[in-house]
Amino acid sequence: MSPALIITAIVTILAAATVMSLRNLVHCALAMAITFSGIAAIYLQLSAEFVGFAEILVYVGAIAILIVFAILLTRSGESPEKSVLTSGWGAGIVVSVLVFTALGWAVLNSAGLPKAATAAPETTVKNIGEALMGKFILPLEIVGLVLTAAMIGAVIIALKEDPKPDNSGRKS
Amino acid sequence: MTPLQACLLVSAFLFAIGFAGAVTRRHAILVLIGIELMLNAANLNFIAFWRFGPHPEALAGIMFVLFSMALAGAEAAVGLALVIAIYRHKKTSNLDEVKDLKG
Repeated sequence: MSPALIITAIVTILAAATVMSLRNLVHCALAMAITFSGIAAIYLQLSAEFVGFAEILVYVGAIAILIVFAILLTRSGESPEKSVLTSGWGAGIVVSVLVFTALGWAVLNSAGLPKAATAAPETTVKNIGEALMGKFILPLEIVGLVLTAAMIGAVIIALKEDPKPDNSGRKS
Repeated sequence: MTPLQACLLVSAFLFAIGFAGAVTRRHAILVLIGIELMLNAANLNFIAFWRFGPHPEALAGIMFVLFSMALAGAEAAVGLALVIAIYRHKKTSNLDEVKDLKG
């Protein structure tokens, strides 16, 4: 296990813990961007370069900006005075600790995991493109359809409502 | 500890943190961030098993992660649009106050 992997893992874990413990939402969004950058660095070290750069493009580039825009539009940039936790937060913490304990126990004690590290696989963008256009062409088209539908749906949901609802013809 | 186990432990921690955030935080946007963290934990598992599994040349893990990223993007867009619509309707994004389905 290389030291670089350990360092990026620690940074990722600390940033993820920061996301959920800060009070100000803007700081949470920034810590989330650091978390996603750390995950992208882990992908790069696992020789999945294309996925690592796609992670940076999609998550650090698009979703973080989307979340900052949502914070702006819902005017929740200031730290709240009241509690930031829901009423039943203790049970949630207990359940998440249980989940982590169970997963960690299973990871550390499972006998079926491959022990020896294999050689790094040869994945070029050309290989990925050929697989996407050959074997995985149907899922690719379906994902394109889903993204289009989700985009149209998001625009329609977030559209400003008509101020006069008694109008028969819908404007906007 | 093998590198595979290290990656799986990091991913388990990310999942637990995302779950804790999605369940305990009060703001709707933070719940969405928690869901994104959980999805990323699953993606990290896919990549780790792809890298250390027996057949990395089949590219199945990479394809799974790419499609899952696209779906996560769609989910985030629709979820944030819903948060904005709820804020416009009820003037709050506190999930404790958004209890009723009927507007």
